[in-house]
Amino acid sequence: MSRSIRLFTFAAPSRFYALSGFLLPLLWLSAIGFAVAGLYIGFFVAPTDATQGDAYRIIFVHVPAAWMSMILYLVMAGWAVFGWAANARLASMVARALAPTGAMFTFLALWTGAVWGKPTWGTWWVWDARLTSELILLFLYLGFMALVESIDDVRRADHAGALLALVGAINVPIIYFSVKWWNTLHQGATISMTAAPKMAATMLQAMLLMTVAFWAYSFAVVFMRTRAIILERERQAQWVKDLVAKEAK
Amino acid sequence: MSGGVFMLVAGRDLRLAGRRRFEALLPVVFFIVAASLFPLGVGPEPQVLRQIAPGVVWVCALLAAMLSLNTLFASDYQDGSLEQMLLSRHSAIFVAAGKALAHWLLTGLPLILAAPVLGVLFDMHATSILIMVAGLLLGTPVLSLLGSIGAALTLGLRSGGVLILLIVLPLCIPVLIFGAGAVGMVDMGLSASGHLSLLGALLLLSLVAAPPAAAAALRISVS
Amino acid sequence: MKPGELVWLRGQNGSGKTSLLRIVAGLSRPEAGSISVGGGRPGAYIGHANALKDDLTVTESLSFLARLHDLDSGAQGIRDALRTLAIHHRRHAIVRTLSQGQRRRVALARLALEREPSLWVLDEPFDALDTHGIDAVNRLLAGHLARGGSVLLTSHLALSLPPDLVTELQLPVEVAS
Repeated sequence: MSRSIRLFTFAAPSRFYALSGFLLPLLWLSAIGFAVAGLYIGFFVAPTDATQGDAYRIIFVHVPAAWMSMILYLVMAGWAVFGWAANARLASMVARALAPTGAMFTFLALWTGAVWGKPTWGTWWVWDARLTSELILLFLYLGFMALVESIDDVRRADHAGALLALVGAINVPIIYFSVKWWNTLHQGATISMTAAPKMAATMLQAMLLMTVAFWAYSFAVVFMRTRAIILERERQAQWVKDLVAKEAK
Repeated sequence: MSGGVFMLVAGRDLRLAGRRRFEALLPVVFFIVAASLFPLGVGPEPQVLRQIAPGVVWVCALLAAMLSLNTLFASDYQDGSLEQMLLSRHSAIFVAAGKALAHWLLTGLPLILAAPVLGVLFDMHATSILIMVAGLLLGTPVLSLLGSIGAALTLGLRSGGVLILLIVLPLCIPVLIFGAGAVGMVDMGLSASGHLSLLGALLLLSLVAAPPAAAAALRISVS
Repeated sequence: MKPGELVWLRGQNGSGKTSLLRIVAGLSRPEAGSISVGGGRPGAYIGHANALKDDLTVTESLSFLARLHDLDSGAQGIRDALRTLAIHHRRHAIVRTLSQGQRRRVALARLALEREPSLWVLDEPFDALDTHGIDAVNRLLAGHLARGGSVLLTSHLALSLPPDLVTELQLPVEVAS
């Protein structure tokens, strides 16, 4: 009995609010710290590539961003489905908070992909299998956000979003496979690291540091957004009213 | 026990469509009009048209199939019929499946019949047209099934029409790729069996997975 | 609820009568707490909307509802049900051509097909009905209660049923915590 209490202690919006408030400064510091370290190594320490020159350095942002975009979608779908299945309000709020960050990373991956493509291939956009999949992932994020925003009834919106995210998550491998198929058949261009430099140890370090930085950033931003959602949804609760009164003084 | 409601719902929808025959044909009209815009935009050169034809026909079929999704559940939602269907002792899965079948019979099937006409307009070879129709035969039911999920999720929303497109179109991309790709293979002198098999696999997967998802979405939207 | 009991849910506009009925019917989940309905799911729910399609005839609409709920959908049974609500003379009319009161009668005619002593959940069943219609519905309700069925309904009009059959429930309900 006491174990289940401890597990679900932070499932209460008020306690999550308090805990996340405590963790936020640490998360921001980690994010900035790791990002500075990662970018420094990526842009100044890692060696210049023989074939692509210095233009390749954008992958230190592009690849971690792409990873985050995919992982965050799965995390978002997971929390949304949990919120639906267990009728857990906080889980649904976290899922909603994750969506804009995931979409942002997807956009960042696409944009850095374009920046990489221009000096390498001469065009701003290339219908590369992975970039195209990222574009479709962006559509999935936008679809989720649009659906959830369009439904006035908050719980219906949460549950609908969960179903859509689940359907999307199941479809992502199918979409990725079909896009790869499409790309190889049409002998499309590929922006890829395997064609590019062999991974020097420093390059790997830089990418891992940036990934950790992006994780810390994601936690920070998602916590902030979740706190805002909690305040809005739970505004009838006593603890929120007390908090607002305290802030006013 | 539950299977009966499948035919009941599909039959009723067909009867209703029969009372409004003009509206039922609108997606096909859109299909032909939209596809016909491409030569006007791209130029009438037969070589070019033949090359873009499968892609154009498939994309227009996709959009035309989506057009009538908005109203799939809307009327039943508004007049309370949907609630009655969900409250019956039959599983909502068969209700959703029946609706998807009716949608395919009323939208998908006419598209399949109209597609060869477009094939001729685009000067496609006979075998290409055949493969395109085969692909549409396998792919349009998938569009109806995936579309039923989108329609169920967006019930009663003001922005329903465009929202369905945004939600469902990304999910339909594999169908588009394999369907249009099959024709591309035949044009290159290769076999389209791989593409068509994949379409078949997608059809089986949707037949099994889409009605339960749509049923869940209906419960969410009605509650 | 006990067999043979009719509960009249009362309350001001917005007090949640329709929401409660929908929860009992099984359409919605409650936000907090849980609900248990003894004796299985409710046998019939008729809400504000009539669940009739504008483009079908009265007979077609009622037949659909009958078959949907596994009721007697034979031609004779349908005709008798419509006769109970005195709408039998319009049985071939397209629903779109009927007045509100006539449509309500068709929707309620389904109750005449119900044989089980189950729970009926009715939201404003007397809406738009004239006195004859109200009498017909009252006869249906009394018959159902006599069979051992139960009824949960809302009505802003006073009920004209024998008072000993009716239990009133006023919303909001104070809950001892």
